[in-house]
Amino acid sequence: MDHIVPLRIQIVSIIGSVFFLMFIGRLILKGKLREEYAIVWVVCTILLLVLSFWRSALEVLAAYLGVYYAPSLIFMSALFAIIVFLVHLSVVATKLQHQNTVLAQELALLRNELHAAKGGH
Amino acid sequence: MKKAVEICGLILYVHLDPMHSMSDHIAVVIAAYNEEDSIRAVVAEVRSALEGLGRESEIIVVNDGSTDGTASAVRGSDCTLLSIAYNVGKGAASQLGFRYAMKRGCDTVIQLDADGQHPAGEICRLLEPLRQASADVVIGSRFMGNGGSHSTFGRRIGIRYFNILQGILIRQKITDSTSGFRAMNRRGLALCVEQYPDQYPEPEAIVLFRRHDMRITEVPVTMNKRRAGHSSIDAFDSLLYMFNVTLAMLMTVLRTHH
Repeated sequence: MDHIVPLRIQIVSIIGSVFFLMFIGRLILKGKLREEYAIVWVVCTILLLVLSFWRSALEVLAAYLGVYYAPSLIFMSALFAIIVFLVHLSVVATKLQHQNTVLAQELALLRNELHAAKGGH
Repeated sequence: MKKAVEICGLILYVHLDPMHSMSDHIAVVIAAYNEEDSIRAVVAEVRSALEGLGRESEIIVVNDGSTDGTASAVRGSDCTLLSIAYNVGKGAASQLGFRYAMKRGCDTVIQLDADGQHPAGEICRLLEPLRQASADVVIGSRFMGNGGSHSTFGRRIGIRYFNILQGILIRQKITDSTSGFRAMNRRGLALCVEQYPDQYPEPEAIVLFRRHDMRITEVPVTMNKRRAGHSSIDAFDSLLYMFNVTLAMLMTVLRTHH
């Protein structure tokens, strides 16, 4: 009885991780996700998989770091990873906005040139 | 390497310097975002002011993705219209005007707001320090002399704050940091083409100019009451504006630190 519940959640998390990995793989294949951004998700999923197989890893790590309540280690690292990734996305958005602005300026200049070439001389 | 770049820049500068240049071409850049009610009158006013100068000149209106009739209001006026497909911010819109002016070989650029608050009639006063080659950038200040300062209390505090910050960052007293009524020579123009802040450009650009060793002068001007529309900075956003601009100014100092 004692073994069944942990085993169940283990199976669920393994299946979940594998599905997530497949989902990411599909997105890359279809060109909907750049490899550049996919790597984060692949690494996270592999980490989850490792933790699903090797359940005591978390406790070992928590004991090593001196974390009293092992699951809080998960929350902490997950939060940290999310924040880092959000900052990364902000950087990407900034870069895109800059490129977008340059593009809009360029387009306006070209439009003006085209207009001048067509109508006024 | 850096030295070499500086020397090249100097050679380029001397080459393009208005004093050495044959051309005498002046451009007025007006960035307009939803200013259909005022833009036409502003262009006409600038045109008549330019005629008095007796120099080759052109007006460049940059329509920054306006959703109203700004573009059609300008059509038929004696000016070049550059239309950006969507709103990119006043700084980026002005920069497009600068790029166009650069391409056209202008050696003096004036910028003023599309809402009619800047008196086109005082353009000649802005040009005077450039003509004497005593400044690279000239700012029209409403707080110098006895210019009409019909400002609210909060706005005056904000402006005072920027003046103090500016004094610390560039060690020069600038009485009207947020003024968008400016003139600059070819050297200033080249810098603006290269890099110009895109959102709320005025105070940040001053830091940028100073950090590139440009001489900045202010001349007193009397600003008009806004012809139409409302200020792009309302009370609610002003704290955020001050925070953003402060950060941008500090970053500009750090970025240009040698």
